[in-house]
Amino acid sequence: MANNIAEKRRQQEEDDDEEDGDLDGWGERNYADERSWEALQEDESGLLRPLDNKAMYHAQYRRRLRSLSTASNSQRIQKGLIRFLYIVLDLSRAASVMDFRPSRMAVVAKNVEAFIREFFDQNPLSQIALVIIKDGVAYSLTDLGGSPESHVKALMAKLECSGDSSLQNALELVHEYLDQIPSYGNREVLILYSALTTCDPGDIMETIQKCKKSKMRCSVIGLSAEMFICKHLCQETGGLYSVALDESHFKELIMEHAPPPPAIAEFAIANLIKMGFPQRAAEGSISICSCHKECKVGEGYICPRCKARVCELPTECRICGLTLVSSPHLARSYHHLFPITPFDEVTPSRQIEPHRRSQKTCFGCQQGLVNPGNKPSLHVACPKCKQYFCLDCDIYIHESLHNCPGCESLRAS
Amino acid sequence: MTSVPSKLYSDDVSLVVVLLDTNPFFWTASSSLPFSQFLSHVMAFVNSILLLNQLNQVVVIASGYNTCDYIYDSSSDASQLGLENGKMPSLYSNLLQKLEDFMIKDEKLGKEQSQRAIKSSLLSGSMSMALCYIQRVFRSGPFHPQPRILCLQGSPDGPEQYVAVMNAIFSAQRSMVPIDSCYVGAHNSAFLQQASYITGGVYVKPQHLDGLFQYLTTVFATDLHSRSFIQLPRPAGVDFRASCFCHKTTIDMGYICSVCLSIFCNHHKKCSTCGSVFGQAQSDTSSASDLKRKAPET
Repeated sequence: MANNIAEKRRQQEEDDDEEDGDLDGWGERNYADERSWEALQEDESGLLRPLDNKAMYHAQYRRRLRSLSTASNSQRIQKGLIRFLYIVLDLSRAASVMDFRPSRMAVVAKNVEAFIREFFDQNPLSQIALVIIKDGVAYSLTDLGGSPESHVKALMAKLECSGDSSLQNALELVHEYLDQIPSYGNREVLILYSALTTCDPGDIMETIQKCKKSKMRCSVIGLSAEMFICKHLCQETGGLYSVALDESHFKELIMEHAPPPPAIAEFAIANLIKMGFPQRAAEGSISICSCHKECKVGEGYICPRCKARVCELPTECRICGLTLVSSPHLARSYHHLFPITPFDEVTPSRQIEPHRRSQKTCFGCQQGLVNPGNKPSLHVACPKCKQYFCLDCDIYIHESLHNCPGCESLRAS
Repeated sequence: MTSVPSKLYSDDVSLVVVLLDTNPFFWTASSSLPFSQFLSHVMAFVNSILLLNQLNQVVVIASGYNTCDYIYDSSSDASQLGLENGKMPSLYSNLLQKLEDFMIKDEKLGKEQSQRAIKSSLLSGSMSMALCYIQRVFRSGPFHPQPRILCLQGSPDGPEQYVAVMNAIFSAQRSMVPIDSCYVGAHNSAFLQQASYITGGVYVKPQHLDGLFQYLTTVFATDLHSRSFIQLPRPAGVDFRASCFCHKTTIDMGYICSVCLSIFCNHHKKCSTCGSVFGQAQSDTSSASDLKRKAPET
């Protein structure tokens, strides 16, 4: 099946190579209605009805949650919270292929933008840099930095594709940069690879060994078909390799890289990092900010070591290099360290248990848990506080809130 | 939720989730404002919000010492009953009845526990419940009232709830739900100050508790749309400096454990939270090669 798709893609790729460029026509049209037959299913009496998306979505989410929790339960929960991530975008000729609509490049760019925002939301102390492969060479688009806006802006300005792709050149470049970052940081590379070939100047195996030695975790998301060299790279360096089937799958795959990966003790050495907690500048005070080199009134932070003014947190002081954060930035990462346990699905048989008073509404949102036909709908229960929750709350609690309302409203003795 | 023509939901329709602090330890100690008086201010306020717009909705969640629960929801059918017996307006009788049940339950749960030093209420629980409720409103379709949370809090902050409260604050920020807070306790609440600052809500600590109703109506009754035209109390300087885990003192500069992000005021050999053994301290002019020394594996 996968082979089939790959074969088809490759063929399409070759077909499309001739009619390069001219993507504007595609962009205008709306593809929402395509493949509408896939959203239908047949019920027992042979009638067509829309797919039960909610149940499917929830099943999918639970699978993801389970895989996450088993991974973190097997060892002591240590996450690499301070990450230095290089995103490598393949903007070679293959990125203009239109098997993703309107093109692979547009899909990649759109999802990378969403990913960058999500990444900084989840990892406020981490940094990202962008690298582009084009015409057989790799060059750095942005340097490591903590501001999502600057990365997105730089990316959107450079969306053109041409030439061949070179995995080795990209790895060499990233290796050069990542080798210099402090040892407490987790070095990560995420490659979004469209091409099916790599055009390298030397022996790529040596480069892969070099990356392995400097403890870079390389992950690849392929957009066409599985490639041995990518798989080999990911296996050697402990990364994830996946190939996207379609746009929504690609989005899912890239978002998997947003939460911090489990820390491997050998990869990042535990260390104490010196950080400053700047105070807000006094209202109405006028000073020259060190980031824009402009005079600004109020609304800023003062580096506690060199007293330079910066506009935004978190950042690194331009003058003395001290990492400047505020306590909410640290607090934003704490939920990775204290994750809440996945909820158990409640089967109808368990509900009849006599010693439990049956709970008719979701503890979180007060929505009724009983369907119109007095048939209890699928719901879940927290293993600790034994409260019932509806499926929507289950997803919200695990994906965004990171608190169990039931456990939080019991005083722990 | 009642089915109303969708265009009636203009941008000034509010859903106010009121988090009511019912912590008995605080209210017995509070001499300036007895709970009954506080409650009558709040009831009048809740009524006035419901009067402002027929589509306005109020949900009251009580945060007690041992548990939290919903005690009033103006959209549920049960709250519309009770008018025919002609005793009391429905809101009062329903809310008071539920509140009394809640207080009895809260007290029962606390029986077996001994007296403890921290007398905080379960703010994190009621905040989490409020956010779940608001998500349900968001799910109900494109037309819904604009939600906000109002914390009426008097008890001091409970340090053990820090992570949970911060999680709730960030989730509220992500879904653009402002958290307003009116703090009637003795000292300022750092949790609520941060909550209101981060989510763009208003934090008020009334000077004259006798006039609580006036504070509530002038500041917290304004819907989100009108707020842009009104001079609301400006956020006073919120201190975002961290306090170290070892001495609980507020610090300007400190050391952060790279594994668990614990904060220390000076250099340690080993992290007291996660047990990681640290290598060399990161010197000010650090070069990576100096730091490549491997820490002994724990």
